[in-house]
Amino acid sequence: MVTMTPLEEELSRLAGSVPDPELPVLTLGELGVLRGVRVLGPGRVEVELTPTYTGCPAIEAMSSDIERALHERGVAEVSVVTVLSPAWSTDDISDEGRRKLAEFGIAPPRRQQEADGPVPLTLSIRCPHCGSTDTELLSRFSSTACKSLRRCASCREPFDHFKEL
Amino acid sequence: MTTSLNTAALALGDDALVLSHRLGEWAGHAPVLEEEVALANIALDLLGQARVLLSLVGDEDELAFLREERAFRNTQLVEQPNGDFAHTIARQLYFSTYQRLLYGRLATADPRPGDEGREALRGLAAKAVKEVAYHQDHAEQWTLRLGDGTPESHDRMRTACDALWRFTGELFQPVEGVDVDWRELEADWLTSVSAVLDRATLPLPEGPRTTAWSAGAGRQGVHTESFGRMLAEMQHLHRSHPGASW
Repeated sequence: MVTMTPLEEELSRLAGSVPDPELPVLTLGELGVLRGVRVLGPGRVEVELTPTYTGCPAIEAMSSDIERALHERGVAEVSVVTVLSPAWSTDDISDEGRRKLAEFGIAPPRRQQEADGPVPLTLSIRCPHCGSTDTELLSRFSSTACKSLRRCASCREPFDHFKEL
Repeated sequence: MTTSLNTAALALGDDALVLSHRLGEWAGHAPVLEEEVALANIALDLLGQARVLLSLVGDEDELAFLREERAFRNTQLVEQPNGDFAHTIARQLYFSTYQRLLYGRLATADPRPGDEGREALRGLAAKAVKEVAYHQDHAEQWTLRLGDGTPESHDRMRTACDALWRFTGELFQPVEGVDVDWRELEADWLTSVSAVLDRATLPLPEGPRTTAWSAGAGRQGVHTESFGRMLAEMQHLHRSHPGASW
């Protein structure tokens, strides 16, 4: 890991504070898709971004939003590059991000078990509306690639679940 | 970019692109709204994979929209028409099981830091395999539901599995630049698919998995009749309005 200069840290915070185009309650930093910010020269900055899903159409909007934010800060030349490796995981969503998702009505993803952890444990998914853990899967795919559709058996409301990846 | 890696990226990229288009044809026609959304999401994942893979070879739009039928390297399985919902699910079961096993192997291949193209392929496989796990699960759950459902759904699922069986042998024709043990891959695929069909109370299809006509053809650019019509629809907008953008 290369240490960042104070300027890179500032720009990284700035790029990380850009809201996600599809889930505007989350910032890109909280979503964990920002991989790095490098100052290449005076007024020239490269930002590394990773998609949640390979076909995620929001990646282009994310890129232009980051470019705009850094232009406004006075960076003349911003290039956003997409990196696939290492693959993004829902474990990259911060605790604050998880809290905001639940508040917004989307059940946050569960933490994935460690690769060689002890006993595999499937925790139930909590309804973001009433808090009940008595929920059922309606469809593995929902409004966007990253979510599945569930229904709460207690309050009968359907809700999105950010599925584990 | 070496030639063999071009061959690999084109074969895997064309599989993803063509299946993505076929699944997209369900938009507005799926039996229930949830399936409409599910098939579109699977198509979107595949399209994303296709974009990455074809970009390793050249310009993604030129490759997708300006190649002739004989230049496509996808297997014949993915180009088969959607048929009824059971046919689409059978195609999904056969293909997503194959893709998950194949990408799983590519993802865990030994890293070769100096070889940028190969590392790109490995990175894509590592990412895509997690998405494909959901595709396979979707196909498996539907196979169980239809196979072990009503007599009508059972018969339709059985007909679909039988009809597509002869296109499954081609999946395991070695592709240059894809360094996996193809025989072992095929054995694992057969084990996995057999187990799902068994749980779905469906018999393993009996016919040959390749025929004289279909064997190994898609990877060499020989395709089935319906593929030309699919391409005509997929490419006509781009060809009618060269250079147009949103």
